[in-house]
Formats: sequence, structure tokens, C-alpha cells
Amino acid sequence: MDSPFGLLAELTYRCPLACPYCSNPLNLAGYQDELTTGEWLRVLTEAEDLGVLQCHLSGGEPLQRRDLVELVAHAHDLGLYTNLITSALGFSRPRAERLRAAGLDHVQISIQADEPTVSDRIAGTPSFHRKIEAMRVVKELGWPLTMNVVLHRHNIDRLADLLALAEEVGADRVELANTQYYGWAWRNRDALLPSRAQLEAAEAVVRAAGERLRDRMDIIYVIPDYYSRYPKPCMGGWASRQLTVTPNGDVLPCPAAQSLPLPRASVREDPLARIWAEAPVMTAFRGTDWMPEPCRSCPRREVDFGGCRCQAFLLTGDAARTDPVCYLSPDHDLVARAVEAANADSRPGDLPLIPRPHQVRGPGRHPGGAGRTASGAE
Amino acid sequence: MDTTPTGTDRTSTRTRPGAGLSGSDRPRLARHVRLDFSRTRQRPILLHPEAVVVLNGSGAAILELCDGRHTVAEIVSELGARYQTVPDDEVREFLTRLVARHWVELTDG
Repeated sequence: MDSPFGLLAELTYRCPLACPYCSNPLNLAGYQDELTTGEWLRVLTEAEDLGVLQCHLSGGEPLQRRDLVELVAHAHDLGLYTNLITSALGFSRPRAERLRAAGLDHVQISIQADEPTVSDRIAGTPSFHRKIEAMRVVKELGWPLTMNVVLHRHNIDRLADLLALAEEVGADRVELANTQYYGWAWRNRDALLPSRAQLEAAEAVVRAAGERLRDRMDIIYVIPDYYSRYPKPCMGGWASRQLTVTPNGDVLPCPAAQSLPLPRASVREDPLARIWAEAPVMTAFRGTDWMPEPCRSCPRREVDFGGCRCQAFLLTGDAARTDPVCYLSPDHDLVARAVEAANADSRPGDLPLIPRPHQVRGPGRHPGGAGRTASGAE
Repeated sequence: MDTTPTGTDRTSTRTRPGAGLSGSDRPRLARHVRLDFSRTRQRPILLHPEAVVVLNGSGAAILELCDGRHTVAEIVSELGARYQTVPDDEVREFLTRLVARHWVELTDG
């Protein structure tokens, strides 16, 4: 067992946006009992002790946590590389200056499209102009800027304009990531999955831009795995390189793993090192011993690690099956049928999209989280 | 150099072919990249928003010289003097790979 390299700290699932492809869990109300400032500081210290080198501060919208500057400062003092993944709502210039002074290394700002009408419609709130302004602040304060775009059926045709926008705002990196179908994106999958023709056009645009901008910008394009022959090497292997801590302190190998029927592990009950080494949620699919055929005897078993456990579970109801994305999976028809539907002439033009709620309401229903307000959060 | 990506869901388009490193280029770390030492692993490391590279001693020595002042030729000769087992081509290839990944930038003359 190696030490983890990265911690994804999901500080809160509160978010001013309502994107229908959100990867947050569907039962948002179960995560309202957020860790306090003191608890997060301890998690960061324990993570660094365990070998973590990078800290990704995400959510929801991490800027909704009023203690964000304090958490960044602590992570920085521990020597962690700190990366803020934000919608940019709440990224005022004074706040940005405090984050800069606290040692924040890198800022990733999401945008939903290249122009305000579409971007604001997908985000569910007027936000485009504030995002552009925030990107300007990031550059002015001397940070490297990554512009993040989640791609799907409703914006992938705008890729050339999205790249032009990235160029205009002076992004150092642009991540163009096709939607992965977890959380709210799973619920909206059939409305979000692009057609093969859309993908082919997008890939041509990315290739051309890569050539044109090669000295100026790093373009990262994440293909949609539904159209792949082999599954993605999810997280570099289950509980191998990264761990996630959710707003209420649950520890997971990845943010989507909350959907799996595994016993929960919490930083409120156990030290992070013990959870990483021993908790069933970590050991369940670590290594290759858990693998069924065709993975077990596959020469790619150490290349893609059987793909994604959460995707296997969502599609088949069994997390221990081969990722159905793989063309060798006995369940591959589940993916093939979704792809076929996305390309059918008879597909309705506008399937409804269910936005994730902006704010979480109602009492927490998660075991151990009864809807208390976290003192560190407010 | 063993690369240890931590977010392997992503595939990067290699946006620079990586050929054409000139002896007079002055490499420096890209703004989003940090050279550091891992206390828990007791190894030099290169940190990036999406990945970590655990370095060996000569890799770290090369990157310490990527300060925008030393030329590629100077770095090659310095490494040759310090580590007699590191061939010149290996130093150039290491830098070429990092330039191709946008971890190291080149400034001219």
C-alpha cells in the first residue's frame, strides 16, 4: 500500500450554481453537518503526515466556507500544494488577496459556456460576467490560471469559442472535461450525453487548437469514457493515490464512492492513517485481488484497474463487476444502449435537465449528521 | 524520473512536440509548478495542479538549475561534472519531456 499523493477536501456542498452535471451526491441534505474549522485543520495535518503532497479545495463552492483563508494558510504551512477549484462566485478582490497572502498556489475557475446567456442558463444563475472578472483578478495577482469547462451535449459544439475565450482571459491551462456520469450528471445522463458526430467535431477543434496554442496554453481534453474501448484508470486505482474527505468528514477513495454500499469511515471517529490502511471503504477494491473475469486474467488489469467501481455499481448494481465501459465487459450493452440512444435519429431534441438545488434545505438525514450548523462554516 | 499522476482520469493532449531544445535556451519552471522536498517520502518532488513527480537526485539537480538564468548547455555541463553517470542526452531528454508537458518553459538567449 502506497501513501496517498492528493487530498480532495470537499469543504461544503453548498453552491450558488445549479449545474445539472454536478458530481455532488443526490442526497445533499445528508452533508449539512459540516466539519468545523478545527476538524479540517486536524484533517490537513493528518493528511500531510500520511504523505499527501497536494490539497485540492473543492465542494460545492469552497468560497462558501468563511474559514477558507485559514485552511489554505494551514495547508500551505504544512508544505502542501494548494489548489482552489471554484465557480468564482464569492471570489472578490479582497478575498483573493487574502488567499494569495495565505499561500494559495493555484486557482481553477469553472465556466459553463463562452457567452453569458448559455453559461448562465447552464449554471442556473447569472454568473458569467463575475467569472470573467475573477479570472482577471487571478491573472493580476500573478497566479497561474486554469479555466475548467465540463463538456456535454449542450455546450460541446461551442468548443472553438470556449478555447478563444480561454485565450482571451490569458488562461495558462484549460481543462475541457467531458461529463462523467455520477451524482446529478448520472441522473441527467441521457440529456447530457453527446452524439458521436459532436465528439468527432470537438476532437478536431482540440487538435487544431493544440497546434496553434502549443507555446502558450496547456490544453487538457478528457474524453467521455462511454465512447472509449477501454475504461479509464479511475483514480489511478482504488485507494491508491488519492483520498476524498466530504463536508461531514466521511473519507472515500473518490467523491463518487459515497454511492456505494460500503460501511462509512469518518475523520470524526478514526485517524486518517488508520482509515487509509484499514477501513473497508479503502480496502474493498484495493489492488487486483477483488477482480472478476475478464479483468482478472486481462493484460490491462494494472493499466486501467478494472475501470471505475462507482460506474460499475451505478450501471449494474454491483461495484465488483468490470466497468461496463470496457468492450470486454459482459455488461457492455448497458453502455452501448446509452450511446445508441444518444445517436438515434428518433432522439427527442430537448430532454429535460434536472438542475441540482442551489442550496441545501431540510434536516440532515445522514447517519451521524443531524443537520447541526457547523460553527466553522458560518 | 517516475511520473506519478494523481488524477489519472485525464488525458492531456501533448501540445508541444518537444523537439528543438537549443543549447542557448534558458529553462525555468512554469508558474504553476513547484520544486519541493517531501518530508514523508524523503525525496525531492515536483508539484503541479494535477500531478506529482517524485524525482531522483539528478532530476532535482537539473530542475534546481531551471531558474531562467542557466542555459541548457550550462545545465548539461554542470550535471556532467556532478554526476558522471548521467549522459548529456538524458539531461536534454528530461528537459524536453517537461517542456512538452508545459512544466518547464523556455526563454531565449
